[in-house]
Order: sequence, then structure tokens, then C-alpha cells
Amino acid sequence: MAASSDHAGKTGFRAWLNKRLPVDEFVDSQLIGYFAPKNFNIWYFFGSLALLVFVIQILTGIFLTMHYKPSEAAAFDSVEYIMREVEWGWLIRYMHSTGASFFFIVVYLHMFRAMIYGSYRAPRELLWILGMLLYLALMAEAFMGYVLPWGNMSYWGAQVIVNLFGTIPVIGPGLVEWIRGDYGIADSTLNRFFALHVIAVPFAIAFLVLMHLVALRQTGSNNPDGIEIKEKLGANGKPIDGIPFHPYYTVKDIVGVGVFLIFFCGVIFFAPTFGGLFLEKPNFEPANELSTPQHIAPVWYFTAFYAMLRAVPDQQLGALLMLLAIVVLFFLPWLDRSPVKSIRYKGWLSKTALALFVVAFVMLSYLGLQPANDLYVILARVFTAIYFAFFLLMPWYTRIEKCKPAPERVTYHA
Amino acid sequence: MSDEKVTADDVDVNRRKFLTVATAATGAVGVGFTLVPFISSWKPSERARALGAPLEIDISKLEPGQMITQSWRKQPIYVVRRTPESVAKLGGVTASLKDPNSEASDQPAYAKNEMRSLKPEILVLYAACTHLGCLPKQYFTVADPTMGADWPGGFFCPCHGSRFDLAGRVFNGSPASANLRVPPHKFESDSLLVIGVDAVQGAA
Repeated sequence: MAASSDHAGKTGFRAWLNKRLPVDEFVDSQLIGYFAPKNFNIWYFFGSLALLVFVIQILTGIFLTMHYKPSEAAAFDSVEYIMREVEWGWLIRYMHSTGASFFFIVVYLHMFRAMIYGSYRAPRELLWILGMLLYLALMAEAFMGYVLPWGNMSYWGAQVIVNLFGTIPVIGPGLVEWIRGDYGIADSTLNRFFALHVIAVPFAIAFLVLMHLVALRQTGSNNPDGIEIKEKLGANGKPIDGIPFHPYYTVKDIVGVGVFLIFFCGVIFFAPTFGGLFLEKPNFEPANELSTPQHIAPVWYFTAFYAMLRAVPDQQLGALLMLLAIVVLFFLPWLDRSPVKSIRYKGWLSKTALALFVVAFVMLSYLGLQPANDLYVILARVFTAIYFAFFLLMPWYTRIEKCKPAPERVTYHA
Repeated sequence: MSDEKVTADDVDVNRRKFLTVATAATGAVGVGFTLVPFISSWKPSERARALGAPLEIDISKLEPGQMITQSWRKQPIYVVRRTPESVAKLGGVTASLKDPNSEASDQPAYAKNEMRSLKPEILVLYAACTHLGCLPKQYFTVADPTMGADWPGGFFCPCHGSRFDLAGRVFNGSPASANLRVPPHKFESDSLLVIGVDAVQGAA
């Protein structure tokens, strides 16, 4: 994209600055010159909201590290100290803990948007994979963050997750000892999780976000009709169905931010534990290596995978299945063989499959929160089968179904 | 030579390629060696290893049918004094066990028997469930109402429902696939149990 040619006309500080740092050129080419489809709908809020939550987590996280102490002896007390004695500490901590859950809400909706409109399809495969890597990094970040308050659920959650690595043949037991740095989940484990949580993983996430955005600028955004707006260019060389990202979508996203903050603040002020879903009750007790909570469950955003783990009566296979449930998402761009991208023009088979997938994911998430009795295990097996069938049968059902023709131009109802 | 113009013909491409690859390979080896201290820094430290020294437990006050829990190397250890009746029952449940002879389970050689112990009445186990490391709870009562009429007494993991008998052997239908692990241990005397040292071979 060409930089605007009127830099020469600028005077004073702006001219001085732009001669040395291409601020205007960046804004012109990346924000004003980036043409996004004009038919975005409500589903397109969640990318920018994910970025907002990331910023909230970084800012609140920095302030929490000023009072938190990453040691076995002091961690739990320092969190209580933040909650009771640091001025406004409770607010900063609740922003951070609520932010973690909202991060996943926003990211799941963002991923679902990609699934309904086929945003993972060529030429956006890499964009999808970068997004999946972000999802993995976010899971690691959330898990390690959950260990830091050193409550009893932190401790036993860490025990269960770290022991998953022990199911790897041959190297498993040694690997687990290496991850923990001790013969059990210990001070060393907490301390290194703290380092990874506040430095290493956030850096990785920031880098992946940048790559995700660069890849998006390269391919351009998909849209609810799943057609390429770059194929219909106007006289100015820009897509006819595109509008400048700034100011049109920056303004739209600000409205989204406003609505998001209403929900976000509502939870922070009125339901910060969200009935034990965002902050689990056993975590208000300090870690105790001699007492397992009656019922160990991860936080809600992991429970779908946890339900799959428990559905298998063999630990190695269970861990493998859980891993495959995430790996299979990476292959989505190549599993979908439909001639159209958007669900709007796909046939009833795809629509039914997607609906079943959503039901399976929600039900697995619910089952993962419940104790593992016989009925729940059977249900978890059924929904695990549906989860995998959605992906593994996709090459078949997307090819044989009758699709509606995708339109030439985006459909737009002003 | 030096002030003549270098042309493409003068460049020995093979030599350049060799030097590039050799330099890159040397650099990669250097990076590999540099990684060693960083990766090794994650291993248990000298202090962690020292704190993992053997643990002595006085079992003189442990009555038949009772269990005590001790912590060794951050891992809870169950020590149970079984009643003669429960020891006698161990042979009767073989058919409903996944690994009755502890072939696929982790225990010292001297505990690879039906009782999974050195002495018939004293059972020593790592408490961590072999499924995902929760602590199985004690359900020693025979035919415990929550466990069913044919329950011989044993352990039940509240996390994922694994069931074990009073030798820590896993029942069919449990998510765990191996019996509860037995730590290295020996008896200094009838009343002094030592965890972390093998009965015959010496220090673990």
C-alpha cells in the first residue's frame, strides 16, 4: 500500500517526526489503507476484544506482581494481603481473575466466528494456525496463573496437569521431575511457573498476536459471506466491498468495548467468583499436599478436555485423546472440502454437524465440572465421539452436501 | 590480485557454501552446549535432593485397621496395619483386578507379591493415585454402603473413581491402569519403618 504523498506538506514537529519514524505512513497503510469488508456483524467484535483483555491482563498483572510473593510459604498469604490490605488490591486482583475467564469467553467466540464463516479456509490457513498457537499459549498462561495463588485447587490442579506429562512413555517420570524441580509440586515449581507466567508466555503471546495481525493484513479479513472482497476492486485499486479499517471499524470496536466493559465490570463488582466457576471454592484454602479436594475440576475453560480425559478408562489413552482433541483443530483448514466458506451457503449437513459440535463442546464442558459417576462417563463418551466425528467426517459431509451458490458481492443490509 | 575487480568466476561457490554450512553447524553446536546449563537448572536442586533423604516412622502405636499418612519427598505415604482378616481376603479378589500380580505396576522387587509388602500386616504405599495423582480415600469397611455389598475394603479415589484393594491393587473399571506404587522401605526394627531405603540392597 502506498504511503500518502502529502508528508511533504507537513511542517513542524510532525514533519520532523515522520522523517525519522514512519508514524503517518504506518497509520495510512495499516489502519486507513487497510480495507475490511463492509458486511461485518456482531461476531467481528471478539478479535479486538481479545486484544483488549490481553492489555487488561498485562496491566493488572504488572500491579499484582508488586505485591505477590512466588514462594510456597508466602504465596497464599500474599494474595490474601492483596485482597484485604493493599488499597484497591481486591479490584486489581478481581480484574485479573475475571479477565482470565473473559479471555477464554472472547477467544471461544472468536474461534466460533472463524468456524461459522470458514475464516480458516485458504488463503487463511496460517492465520488460523497462528490463532491456534495463541490458544495453546493462552491455555499454558491460564494454567500457570491458576497455580500462583497456591490454594488447594491450585496445588492439586497442578498435580493433575503436570502428571499428564508422566504418561509419556519412557521419558515421562523424568520429565515430570524436571518440570517440577522437586519430587512433588513444590516451591521450585511455583517459582518457575511465576517466571513463565509473567515473562516468558506473555512475550510469546505478544509475538504471536503480532504475527496473527501481520498474517491478517496479508490475506485480508474474511466476512460473513465467505467471499474474497479482493476479487472485486474499484477504480482506486481498493476492494469495492471494503471500507477503511480506521475510522469505520475502530469506531465500531469502541462500541464493542463499551458493551464488553458493562459485562466485565458487572462480574468484577457483583459476582467475582461467578458461583465458584471463575474462582473455585477449594482455592480459598491454602495448598495442602496431604488433602485432596473432594472433587478436583479445572476452571470451566478446560473442562471440555478434562471430561474427555476422564471418559477413557486408560490414563495414557485418555491423555492422548485430550491432546488429539486440540491437535485436530489445527487441521480444520484441510478437513473442510466445501465449495463455499460461510455457513450461510453450506448445506444442512454442515449446519447440523456444527450445531451438534457446539452441543457436544458445551455438554463436555459441563460434564467436566461434575463428579465422574457412571452416567456422566457414558455421556462424556458420547459427546467425545460427536466432537471427533465433527472433524473426522468433515471431508465427507462437506463434499456430498448441496450448497447454495455464494454471492458475487457481499450481502449488505444497511 | 587485490586491486583487480572480483568477478563471478573468481568466487569459489563450493568453498563459500562449505564455509557457510561449517560456520552454521559450529554455531548450532555452541548453542546446544549453552542450552545445557539452562535446561539443567530446572532439575531438583542440591537442597531439594538433600531434603528428600530417608524418613523414619514409628509404627508401634499403629493399631490393626488403622492408617497413618506421612509426607516424604513431598509425596504423601500411606502406612496401613492390616487386620489378619483383611490380609486373608486379598487372595479372593484376584479375578476382578487389572494387575493382580503387579506385573505392570511400580514397586520394589520385595513388594511384588500378593500382599505387596514386606510384612503381611504392614502396607506401605505412595498415596498418589496412579491415574492423575489425587489421594484415594480410605474405605476400609467391608461392604461399605457407598461401595456396594461385594466391597472387600480398600481405597477409593474421589477425583476420577479409581478403586483399589487393601494391597493397593486396582480394580477393573477404574481409570487408573496400575496399582498404587510402593516406595522403597525397610524395617529397622518391629516398630521403626524407614521410607526411602530398600530392604535389602541399601540406600535407594
